[in-house]
Amino acid sequence: MIPISWYLAVAAVLFTIGTVTVFVKRNAIAMLLGIEVMLNAANLTLVTFSSYFRELAGQIMVFFVMVVAAAEAAVGLAIVILLFRHRETLNVDEAQALRL
Amino acid sequence: MERALFLIFAVTAIGAALNVLLRRHPLHSALALLVMLGALTGFYVLLGAYFLAVIQVVIYAGAILVLFLFVIMLLNVRAEEARIERRPYVRWLAVPFAALLGAEIIYLVRVFEENPSPSGTSVGVTEAVGRELLTTYLLPFELTSILILIAVLGAVVLARRERR
Repeated sequence: MIPISWYLAVAAVLFTIGTVTVFVKRNAIAMLLGIEVMLNAANLTLVTFSSYFRELAGQIMVFFVMVVAAAEAAVGLAIVILLFRHRETLNVDEAQALRL
Repeated sequence: MERALFLIFAVTAIGAALNVLLRRHPLHSALALLVMLGALTGFYVLLGAYFLAVIQVVIYAGAILVLFLFVIMLLNVRAEEARIERRPYVRWLAVPFAALLGAEIIYLVRVFEENPSPSGTSVGVTEAVGRELLTTYLLPFELTSILILIAVLGAVVLARRERR
């Protein structure tokens, strides 16, 4: 049996990489990808605890996280398309004002 | 055997995540994310969460990632140029934060090393998850459908081309 800490360590490393992606990248789509990495790391933690403590709630939570991630991706990418259409760029530094 | 599989999945997941970070072209990042999602599916199977493993492939790899790839190709995104550093001192903040995060990971590993680890294989089969979802969590489950509806409406309204 694999120690629970191994899974948690992998999840922590993945979450860190996702966070760094969000901070380092200036491309809006790449930042959204970083957010997906973070969400998946959190999901891994939830599934790990759910499995080790024999409690289904964690897995239900992951299901909801996935649904919210889908909604977030749909709205986020729509905003990205809108941004690109008005500014011809995906660089978030150039989109400092919310108004178009 | 289990440990070997775990190590393979762990190396794949972390390597793919690093690729997401280091690639300059968003398309390459998105494909690396696909590999990472596959590795996580392996973790879910190892942990006995079979339903989530399937959902991961269908929703994440099948729907969300395809949406990303579609938008990247639609916008014909170029690779990121090397950017001008505006505030060079911010870079040095990375050291204390990295140390803090590393300390946290070590602490967590220590704490959970002491706890017993019961094996989890029977939890997470589709029937059990479905039963929970449609009894205990019925209200949140129904609310997610409204959330998805709102997201679809929002996406359509935002991305619609205005007629003048």
